[in-house]
Amino acid sequence: MACIVMTEDLSAFELVLTLNPALLSIVELSLVVSLSAVLLAAVVGLPLGALMALTRFPGREAAIVLLNALMGLPPVVVGLAVYLALSRSGPLGTLGWLFTPQAMIIAQAILVLPIIAALARQTIEDLWNEYRDELAAMNVGPFDRVATLLWDGRFSLFTALLAGFGRAAAEVGAVMIVGGNIEGFTRTMTTAIALETSKGDLPLAIGLGMVLIAIVIVINALAWAARRGAERYAG
Amino acid sequence: MRAPLSNLPIEFANVSVVAGRVIILDRVSLVLAQGPPTVLIGPNGSGKTTLLRVAMGLTAPTGGRVTWAGNPAMPPLRRAIVFQRPTMLRRSVLANLRYALAHAGVPRAQWPARIAELLALVGLTGLEERPARKLSGGELQRLALARALARDPELLFLDEPTASLDPAATKAIEDVVRIVVARGIKVVMSTHDLGEARRLAGEIMLMHRGRVVETGPADAFFTRPQTDEARRFVAGELLI
Repeated sequence: MACIVMTEDLSAFELVLTLNPALLSIVELSLVVSLSAVLLAAVVGLPLGALMALTRFPGREAAIVLLNALMGLPPVVVGLAVYLALSRSGPLGTLGWLFTPQAMIIAQAILVLPIIAALARQTIEDLWNEYRDELAAMNVGPFDRVATLLWDGRFSLFTALLAGFGRAAAEVGAVMIVGGNIEGFTRTMTTAIALETSKGDLPLAIGLGMVLIAIVIVINALAWAARRGAERYAG
Repeated sequence: MRAPLSNLPIEFANVSVVAGRVIILDRVSLVLAQGPPTVLIGPNGSGKTTLLRVAMGLTAPTGGRVTWAGNPAMPPLRRAIVFQRPTMLRRSVLANLRYALAHAGVPRAQWPARIAELLALVGLTGLEERPARKLSGGELQRLALARALARDPELLFLDEPTASLDPAATKAIEDVVRIVVARGIKVVMSTHDLGEARRLAGEIMLMHRGRVVETGPADAFFTRPQTDEARRFVAGELLI
């Protein structure tokens, strides 16, 4: 048994080290989908977080609790919702995006949006409580206040983006449902691992698993470096 | 090339600040006019900080009326404040000063000269690249002073600027305050340190339980206090 695992491990290493084209295309699609999703979620989530941090409106507390709760959105539920929206009879069915990378990006963006918005809201609000009097005393206008808070909170906000990317890269449920796991078109690392494992093609599954773990480690290294940078250069 | 004075005099007419059931300022009436430094003294919780915040325009009164040169509202363009615990941006010393100059509308071409002058004034030359939040307590207060002066204020509020500093750091701050006063900037500062009040004040306002209980020239206040609270405070008794 140990011998079989060893052989499979070597094959998996081989796939990674020889830059197997099938494996590379899966990795590439995964990165494109997850990075696009994070970018889309950031474009909406950072301003949304800033808005919730700096404005007061009826029901704000409930909105914050809801936003925080949505960080735990089950991927399969998001996948199902996007599937229904994009299916032929759904409200966005005419786009024809079901089982395409676009659908996967939308599903992951919805999944990541609450994480980025909630963490940004907390970061910006903490910073605002600290800076409020000084910025008011310097007669800093509303637009400049937001710009100042985003800039001074950039390391923490970057960490929020990394957390969002981690979530997107690791999830399997949503992309499986809306992407369909079509080989060479919508197959990502996580969906491929699930499929190859069920088929018994363990070397590819293990190879993809190694790449996925490597990416997660790189993400965390970046987060750590960002934190250190913040401490060293910004105090 | 100072522009005509625009904030002074600041007049308080029956100004109150109430938070819930707590009365922080209780029907305060006073005038802050051009002249020697006004020092607010009184025990902790007597309302000194809130009075400064109202005069700066950061806290709105819940009762009464404040005017700046007769105007009921005036943006803080030519007044500045140094808080007891100043907050610096998460940037370098230099970047913090640039930020203040930018938001004071100082043309960019003047920044290098102004920054050099401000840093020399507060004795921080050479620390331009240091993260502002990693400065010592005394250095941080001096940077806060420089940042406030970057706004070229006609009126400078200082909220217990030496409260947690050792004698050397306190002297450094007081020296800068004297220079600022000599430049014609009206200084209004709070302290609960009688010695500091004696060293810097031209005018004294004694506060107790949210009210200004005695106002007058510093010499008269220390030699001939008029109220029971002032006599006890000057005698070094605990005013609670």
